[in-house]
Amino acid sequence: MNITNAKYTVNDNGDNSSICATVDGKEVHIPLDTANRHYDEIMRQVDAGTLTIADAD
Amino acid sequence: MSTLRVEALEQPDGTAFIFNNKNLLINGGMNIWERSTSVSVSTDIYSTVDRWKTRVSGLGAFTISRSTDVPSAQGFGYSLKLDCTTADASPAAGDFLQIQQIIEGQNLQHLLKGTSNAKAITMSFWVKSNKTGTYIASLYDGDNTRRISKSYTIDSASTWEKKTITFPGDTSGTLDNDNGASLWVQWWLGAGSNFTSGTLATSWESLTSANTAVGIVNLADSTSNEFFITGCQLEVGSTASGFEFEPYASTLQKCQRYYYRVTETGIPTFLRNDGSTSRDVIYPYPTTMRANPTVSTTPNSGTFSNPYPSPRQLWGRVAGSNDTSSIFLDDPVTFDAEL
Repeated sequence: MNITNAKYTVNDNGDNSSICATVDGKEVHIPLDTANRHYDEIMRQVDAGTLTIADAD
Repeated sequence: MSTLRVEALEQPDGTAFIFNNKNLLINGGMNIWERSTSVSVSTDIYSTVDRWKTRVSGLGAFTISRSTDVPSAQGFGYSLKLDCTTADASPAAGDFLQIQQIIEGQNLQHLLKGTSNAKAITMSFWVKSNKTGTYIASLYDGDNTRRISKSYTIDSASTWEKKTITFPGDTSGTLDNDNGASLWVQWWLGAGSNFTSGTLATSWESLTSANTAVGIVNLADSTSNEFFITGCQLEVGSTASGFEFEPYASTLQKCQRYYYRVTETGIPTFLRNDGSTSRDVIYPYPTTMRANPTVSTTPNSGTFSNPYPSPRQLWGRVAGSNDTSSIFLDDPVTFDAEL
């Protein structure tokens, strides 16, 4: 799974609510849910040091 | 008026007879293709037929497509076809080629896995390939890192054959009773020495990768190779019953628990004006999804500043003017909660 351009989005309270990223060439919104395979893979790559999630604007 | 009273119906091995939903696999007849009907694949990806993942990991490249080449007079309309487009006759140690479907643990509790009453399960499917020889089917219990593999043989080139494989019950390792991935049902079509250098694990055992696909052919060794499969069924018990044909709508709804794509343009959403500088949109799905899905979509105006997909609906906030104009989701809208 090729993941790039990962960036948090925030809710009204300013808390991180999802991740916007490009996954296999497609821009997607990924929920912060450990049952979601994309989120799982993002966290795996973050832990491996191969991906960084940018803060929300 | 006569009355037929039946206390219980049992299969020959004493397992209760299940009338509906006996197939633990979804879309085993290859009927639902929401993503695409033909894709070139050289990686590990859900690309075409719903619920089925093609895993091309370093071993050639393939076109994965929907085929109308099916076993004669069996009732199937489509098969899944793998057509080798880039050959690799010498797999590296870690290479493999596989198709698989993953099953949620909460749908498998009746297997009684991890208990002394663990049930056998039987896999049946139709297969056809010009590449004859030994292939491997395996079950992988991801909750307990255990695997069992069985070999089968394609005997006649380019001829549909029905295969039946029974896996004994596993008295070790209970499956999690949740919506997570528990059981990987895998058809191996080629593998490097990391998966072939041991002794085939024909009984359940703690994962030893080298025991997974011993003796397997290499479907990727020639661009002349192709492989067709359909009528895949996995059921409780030690005998294979006839394939469970179900209405298209039933299979579609099962598939959409994991992936949902709407290809029409201008999908209307429910709209809520927040009275300030943005609009909230709500889009309910046709069925409850397995988990919060990944969403691939953009509204017709503005951008989502706070999309939150729950298992039942997409809720999103679109920044922009405080107006009452409608928000539409543009083609293709996809929601992905696959395992």
